[in-house]
Amino acid sequence: MRLGAVARKEWIQLRRDVRSMILAFVLPMFLLLFFGYAIRWDIRDIPLAVLDQDGSPQSRELVEAFEASGYFSVKERPGAAREVADLLARGTVRAALIIPPGFAVDLAAAAGSGGEAGGAAGTDRSAPVQLLLDGSDANTATISLGYADAIVARYSSRVLLQGREVVLPVRAEPRVWYNPTLESANMIVPALVAVIMSIIAAMLTALTISREWERGTMEQLASTPVHRLEVVLGKLIPYLGIGAVDVSIAVAAGILVFGVPFRGSVLLLGALTLLFLIGALGVGMFISATLKSQVLATQAAIVATYLPALLLSGFLFDIASMPVVLRGITYIVPARYYVAVTRGIFLKGVGADVLWVQGLFMALFAAVGLGLATRMFRKEIG
Amino acid sequence: MRADPARVHELTRRFGDFTAVDRVTFAVRHGEIFGFLGPNGAGKTTTIKMLTGLLRPTQGEGWVDGLDIGRQPDLIRRRIGYMSQRFSLYPDLRVDENIALFAGLYGIAGARFDDRRSWVLAMAGLLGRERSLTGELPLGFKQRLALGCAVLHEPPILFLDEPTSGVDPVARRAFWDLIDSLASAGTTVLVTTHYMEEAEYCHRLALMNRGRLIALDTPAALKTRLEHPIFEVRTDRPPVAVEALRGAAGVVDAALFGRAVHVVVEDETTARSRIPEVLAARACAFHGMRRVPPALEDVFVWLVRREGGAVEG
Repeated sequence: MRLGAVARKEWIQLRRDVRSMILAFVLPMFLLLFFGYAIRWDIRDIPLAVLDQDGSPQSRELVEAFEASGYFSVKERPGAAREVADLLARGTVRAALIIPPGFAVDLAAAAGSGGEAGGAAGTDRSAPVQLLLDGSDANTATISLGYADAIVARYSSRVLLQGREVVLPVRAEPRVWYNPTLESANMIVPALVAVIMSIIAAMLTALTISREWERGTMEQLASTPVHRLEVVLGKLIPYLGIGAVDVSIAVAAGILVFGVPFRGSVLLLGALTLLFLIGALGVGMFISATLKSQVLATQAAIVATYLPALLLSGFLFDIASMPVVLRGITYIVPARYYVAVTRGIFLKGVGADVLWVQGLFMALFAAVGLGLATRMFRKEIG
Repeated sequence: MRADPARVHELTRRFGDFTAVDRVTFAVRHGEIFGFLGPNGAGKTTTIKMLTGLLRPTQGEGWVDGLDIGRQPDLIRRRIGYMSQRFSLYPDLRVDENIALFAGLYGIAGARFDDRRSWVLAMAGLLGRERSLTGELPLGFKQRLALGCAVLHEPPILFLDEPTSGVDPVARRAFWDLIDSLASAGTTVLVTTHYMEEAEYCHRLALMNRGRLIALDTPAALKTRLEHPIFEVRTDRPPVAVEALRGAAGVVDAALFGRAVHVVVEDETTARSRIPEVLAARACAFHGMRRVPPALEDVFVWLVRREGGAVEG
């Protein structure tokens, strides 16, 4: 009954507080759409400069192969090597393909020698082309290089085989599971739900106890028979409801707006979401009860959740390839577990048999978070 | 035999090096209005906070309704009502929402809730304004509503920490009528104030200064403690006059009292001739003097000085 009274009053206050309502419903949707559209790892139409110093049918064929792939798009055709450097420096193009004079001749020679079995007596020369990449964006450069390699290799084998049928000794048959088209939205959106809710949950509850201290209402509350656990849990209930609504909307948006597949169990996602939210809300309450100032608590909540959730949750960077120390820190970032949960349920359709580990860690986190919040929430008034 | 509503023994609270309450001992009787009078920083609020379980004592012991304040604060909270110095209802809740909240916290439901709710609304003069936002009410109404919420569960003991600070004298008078009627109905009231005229409404007064309890008695008895005659002296420069008179022969003490100066003297006859002389020596205009009955403030100032302390605040 006392718990209900606290929960009811907290809900009424929340409903009347425009700032909290924006934080609760507008900000998460904004962040989801913003990040969902802004972060893209798929790379297409990389602007390419082509300097064809050979001008042969073969060199034109190679350039066509680049364009036909869809990964590159020829933006510039400079006349000299000097201009290529300039184009890269200005960022007009991300890559440059330079085909030296004599390419067609070298190609014919290489094809000829490669055609003879063993190729022992041949000229042992391949036809070099130069690919310049803008390494200031290492990620795009690496991916561009991969695409370029593949295009050149295919072109080479076509020249080499000259239409003949050959069975290669080894052939890899790749199939990408869970995200067959390698859509980055499929990877980003489910994890984004986890990152956004970490931040929103902590920011929402960061205000709740510090506001009572600032307004002096804590003193009146503390003089009643209400137990501090009842205050913490009573305050938790409305925020848990808001969090659940947020996650539902975000999941729906992920499926309907971003076209992310949902393969797992809604019920399991719901249960694990509640566990996660209790922990994330508990963090905010702990900060709020400790700092007793709305401004300080909000700032601390952002610092404590935003960067860890973004960088250490596995959202942007793979946890397995982090240095040991950082990997250790990720264990106390609740978003880490929830990222695994959302990706697992959305994309892999895994069940409780796999995700119980994450569930256990999140339950532990929820218990510790609420425990600390209750502990810090002393009824003693200075 | 029923336990005293409140009783403390050598109660002490320190904040670091600062001793806010220093070895205070007293017992409160059933149904009385027990006042704590003293300037800011005298330790009144800290004493009340220890009794209500909001602060733990550093040393000493205390009981509220027979319950130990150090060990049973949760049980005490069911037996008391408390109204803090700052207005501390929720300003963003409506009047009836605040009442419902405190009813919930005190476990009041059903017919009793309806009954108490009507009582509070009538007492605070808020019938028909149940749906007003509490923060938008005039201060006098807010304070009566806060009092209503504090006694919603009809506690036998009520603690009020400067309940009337900031309201006009008329609203203050109305508030004290409420306190009076609660006390007549059997509630024991412990109240802090720094208004001298409010102190007169208390049945007994604990005078506090710098954490010490310097006197405890009825207002009337406290006034008889000052055996010396008192004169009210009117002058153009009261602060200078006070300074001049304090060292003068035959003067026990001098203090500002509103726009005038109150002078405690050894002997009435000599004082009548000495005081104008002292003022003249310091070039203060003498606008007249008359003997006045001691006010609580005179007693308070005199007791503090006799203890060798200064009045703070």
